[in-house]
Amino acid sequence: MAYSSILDWIQFRDMMANPFYPYDTYNLPFDISYKLWEILGGLIAWLVNLIIPGNGLSTWLISDEVSNAFALILFMVVIFLVAFVVTLLSLWMERKVLGRLMDRRGTMIGLKGFLQNVADGLKTFMKENVIPRRVDKMTYMWTVSLVIGTSVLIACMIPLSERWYVVSYGTGLLIIMAIFALAPFFILVSGWAQNNKYSLIGGMRAAELMISYEVPMLIMIATTCLMAGSFSIFDIVNMQGDTVWFFIPQIIGFITFIFCATAEAERVPFDIAEAEAELVEGWQTEYAGMKWGLIMLADYLRGYVSCAMVVIMYLGGWLIPFASDGINGLLPEVVFLTKVWIVFFAMVILRGALARVRTDQIVNIGWKVFMPLSVVNLAVVLLLKFGGVF
Amino acid sequence: MMSRDIIDVKAETSALNTQKMWVIMGPQHPFSHGLWTLKAQLDGEIVVDAEPIIGYLHRGWEKECENRTYPKIIPMADRLCYAASMTYTHLYCMTVEKALGIDIPEKAKYIRIMADEICRIQSHLMWLAAVGTDLGNLTVFLWAMREREFFMDLNVRMCGARMTTNFPRIGGVRNDIDDEFAMFATRCVERFEKALWDIIAMVDDSSIFVSRMKGTGILTRERCANLGITGPAMRGTGVDFDVRRDDPYDNYDQMDFVVPVLKDGDSYSRYRVRIEEMFQSCKIIKQALQKVKAIGRNAPYRLKVPSKVPAGRAFMRMEDPRGESMMYLVSDGSEKPYRLKVRSPIFVNVSAAKPLVQGCRIADVPAVMAMIDMCLGETDR
Repeated sequence: MAYSSILDWIQFRDMMANPFYPYDTYNLPFDISYKLWEILGGLIAWLVNLIIPGNGLSTWLISDEVSNAFALILFMVVIFLVAFVVTLLSLWMERKVLGRLMDRRGTMIGLKGFLQNVADGLKTFMKENVIPRRVDKMTYMWTVSLVIGTSVLIACMIPLSERWYVVSYGTGLLIIMAIFALAPFFILVSGWAQNNKYSLIGGMRAAELMISYEVPMLIMIATTCLMAGSFSIFDIVNMQGDTVWFFIPQIIGFITFIFCATAEAERVPFDIAEAEAELVEGWQTEYAGMKWGLIMLADYLRGYVSCAMVVIMYLGGWLIPFASDGINGLLPEVVFLTKVWIVFFAMVILRGALARVRTDQIVNIGWKVFMPLSVVNLAVVLLLKFGGVF
Repeated sequence: MMSRDIIDVKAETSALNTQKMWVIMGPQHPFSHGLWTLKAQLDGEIVVDAEPIIGYLHRGWEKECENRTYPKIIPMADRLCYAASMTYTHLYCMTVEKALGIDIPEKAKYIRIMADEICRIQSHLMWLAAVGTDLGNLTVFLWAMREREFFMDLNVRMCGARMTTNFPRIGGVRNDIDDEFAMFATRCVERFEKALWDIIAMVDDSSIFVSRMKGTGILTRERCANLGITGPAMRGTGVDFDVRRDDPYDNYDQMDFVVPVLKDGDSYSRYRVRIEEMFQSCKIIKQALQKVKAIGRNAPYRLKVPSKVPAGRAFMRMEDPRGESMMYLVSDGSEKPYRLKVRSPIFVNVSAAKPLVQGCRIADVPAVMAMIDMCLGETDR
């Protein structure tokens, strides 16, 4: 094939017409990455063609299957970058709001303090990567990698709207919940591996925390799924659009779930696994440099996911009430993220206002308060379901 | 080390036959405000044995005093406790005045009382800030520090320095308070009496804060007497004793204030005693301002005193923010003291660490030890 100019190589094709397109419906981030590859791959193909005219590589680079494969790689980057920026924004919001609560200014470096995140990232990146001599190096490394990895995975798996998703399984919520619950196991193993008493206690506490909030949380997720009649996130959100937002019938579950989500994200008042007053830094004590920075990032990613779960399950996801379909289709991603940040704002207020609970108290709260409340919530939903309201 | 059976705090024990482990908290640990170590033996999360270790900050203070003339010890006494510097300076000056057998001017007495109470509030606010961080809340910390700042400014107004003030002198105080001080002090105190309610509302209305403090670190009245604990920790167990009221020094007998006493003996009662003491200190400051105003502007505030103290012994005690501090002076008639002994309340109170934390969970250790209000400057000397 002979093409005369660069414009012949860079041409936007319909990605839905690509036989290798992985989804059934329109996917915005995939569209963005597909177009990105068409520009990037087209440019490379044109350059290669300039050097060696008439080669097979140029046409191969922009063929359907290769375009799709490279678009998938770019798709991962786009999805992660969005989750990353959202997390950085929540981090920035927490610092500023917490600062105002405490009668100080919060971070002040550039762009109303947003660049503090970049500065912190650079700082932790420049730190020496210390691995203590007497730790179990293999376990020490893979546990923290898995804690960070699972957190990044679920943060990327959260759909921002009907056109912004990674997977559209019928069991989306269940999968997110399953991956969410993995981290405490790795924290427990990591506490053992670090050869440090504080880490050991911190790891044990992560397990103790998990057995206290996980069961009521699963019951409440099951309740929501029962109400929507599906595990799929899209079905749950659309059901809320058709009827009412679920926090109205499930007000008990909504309030309980916010606290459970706080515990899931290991934030104050439930951050007992990294209680800095008595356990230095809990299970993170022996992690230095960028490893610690990534752990902090994972913490905030989990905070973002917790808030997103609250929004999906109770606050109508990306829908605006009483709005026409046209407005709803306009910028659903922004609506979703705004709701997430509103829930995160509530979590920041909790952090500013409350002290850390004790381990026995969290088990008490989990089994004597959250558990009965979630069962009551389930009973209410069953009554509504059998009464034919939903 | 004491055997475990004499501790009447009922220790929760694990049914599993687990091994106990020693955790060494300190000297660089977020919970130890200052350089000290708490060795805690843990059975799971429960502390079964504990041992405080102090002495990391020993500077030879008492020995150093033997090589200095009397006025030169005043700035050193400031450094005994950074949170409430004027109380120790005040105590030292009173001890030397007693050895000299002089009576200082009325005005100086009231100014000293004011300085003392400002320092008491400062110290208690520092303690409140520490309690906030030990319970995992930074808001209480920063709000308490913000309130403390106003009293620091009041210190500056009074004597020109913020923390180590070097203000009381043997025979009086360094300078008279200026005309505007009364206005500033009244404004500051009245503001504080309102602002403290913010923190109280934050802590007392929160069931998490209260449940973390209630029922933990219980001390009985008898144990308190046996361990020699003084100060707010003692008044929290129901002992109605305050040196300011029961053995008044300077002009505390002319002040009208209430000594808060609570009977529960747990961390929460210690917390409430300290909060109430801050309000009483405000009351005392306002009264002292009235008295100073009544004395008039040009009254003397300092006496000339001889540089040599006659041979003999003198002993004074006072109510420090943390407890009862005492000084014992032996003079051989020269310009320098032969011996100056300090009895620090925290040095004695820290011996309660073991009975306090035994049976607690490790999460309670910072909260319980914060109620002792550790200050290592005066403990190790």
